[in-house]
Parts: sequence; structure tokens; C-alpha cells
Amino acid sequence: MKPENETLIRFPSLSSNEAFARSVTAAFAAQMDPTLDELGDVKTAVSEAVTNAIVHAYPDRIGPVTLKLRRLEGNVLEITVKDAGCGIPDIAQARQPMFTTGGAERSGMGLTIMESFMNSLSIRSLPGRGTTVRMRKKLIGRGEAACRP
Amino acid sequence: MNFTSFLQDKRLTILLSGEIDHHAAREIMSALTAKIDVYLPSYCELDFGAVTFMDSSGIAIVIHTLRAMNELEGKLRLTHVPPQPMKVLLASGIQKLVAVSQERSPA
Repeated sequence: MKPENETLIRFPSLSSNEAFARSVTAAFAAQMDPTLDELGDVKTAVSEAVTNAIVHAYPDRIGPVTLKLRRLEGNVLEITVKDAGCGIPDIAQARQPMFTTGGAERSGMGLTIMESFMNSLSIRSLPGRGTTVRMRKKLIGRGEAACRP
Repeated sequence: MNFTSFLQDKRLTILLSGEIDHHAAREIMSALTAKIDVYLPSYCELDFGAVTFMDSSGIAIVIHTLRAMNELEGKLRLTHVPPQPMKVLLASGIQKLVAVSQERSPA
């Protein structure tokens, strides 16, 4: 699917970049006229995906994280977060609510929240090679939301 | 992340503000634990009124605080929760374990 617009950003896996990734995503999504609720959903989802890359992909080193944002036909926002870290050995296990290999500051709800806040979520991972998380959400937008009963 | 707290009659109120994510969570947990360990409250209120964003790191903070209050046989309440943090909290099902309200705590 050819994007109507796209951007690609690469940054090191520093936790201070979680807020940066959210801000970039919100700024990109602004052209799609999202409602406040939709903006909250995509910011939350990208925060979870980027945090997973920072915490789990590179547990003992700083590595590259790539954030790709695409505006697709039908006002669909696609978010792709890619790392070149340790990978996920068992994706089905990782998708279980409350499952985490992170520290006390992780709840194990990140993937569950990404799934429930976005329309679709796919995960590709190879142990030792890295992980790619791709999410899509159709944004209704403020204009159409205002016309709904 | 700004963190303000006050104590009255064994009731500890923590005012959270700003963005709660993984970057901020460790510092908040550490400060929360220190306050609970010092004051040994029988009731703890986490006021989310000034929180502008929260991801699942906020759920970990609530669970961490709930465990600390359970050890003291005390109660925990989440108040003044704005819509975005509320949506994250409800997605986790945390409302089955702790009282969650959009309103301020009753006096």
C-alpha cells in the first residue's frame, strides 16, 4: 500500500527518547485531524512499543530503534517500531497479559494495551536479530466524529 | 515528573503530575516507597489530576503501591483520573483490585 505521507526516525534506546517518540507520533498524526481520544491511543501504543525496544531488546546496552510512521489511504495511521536487539523467543507467551521479563517498573500489559488501543498489531522477531512491531489504526478524525450521533 | 505529598491523620495523599512512562516510573516508585515507609499510612490516595499522559508503567506503579499498602493492611484509592490514564487503567482491569475514580476523594 503506497503511503500518502511517511517519515522515518532513528534514535538510540535511551529511556528519555520515549517522550520524544510520542511527540513525533502526535505531530505526524496531527495532519490526520485525530480526536483527543485517538491521539491518546496512538501515543500510548507507540510509548509501549518503544519502551519494549528500550527495556527488552537491549537489556544491557544501548542500540538503535527505528520509528516509521505512514499515513495510508482511508486515514489509516501505521506505526512501525524496529530494533536490532535480542529478539523475542516466544511471541505467544509475550502477548499474555501480565507477562514480563522487565523489572518492577513494568506491568506486563504493554502488548495488551497496544492490541486494544490499535486496530491491528503484528510482531515479527528473530532471536539475536531483532523485533519489528507494526500497528495500524484508522482515525475517524474530529470532523467525522462531530457528525456522528 | 513533579511529586507532591501530604499527610493528615494517617491519610497520605500523593499528587502525581506530568507524564508517567517507563523513564519516570522508577523515580516515582522510589519516592512512593520512601513516603509509605516513613509515614506508615492507613489510607493512601494517588491523585492523578495533573497527569498529562500515562502508559502501562503507571499500572506498575499502582500495583507496587497496592502491595505496599496491603503489607500495612491499609487502603489505596486512585482519584481525579483524567480520560487518557483512565483508559489505560481500565484496560488493565486494575479497577477490580483498587478503587478508581474520576472525582476527587471525598473529604
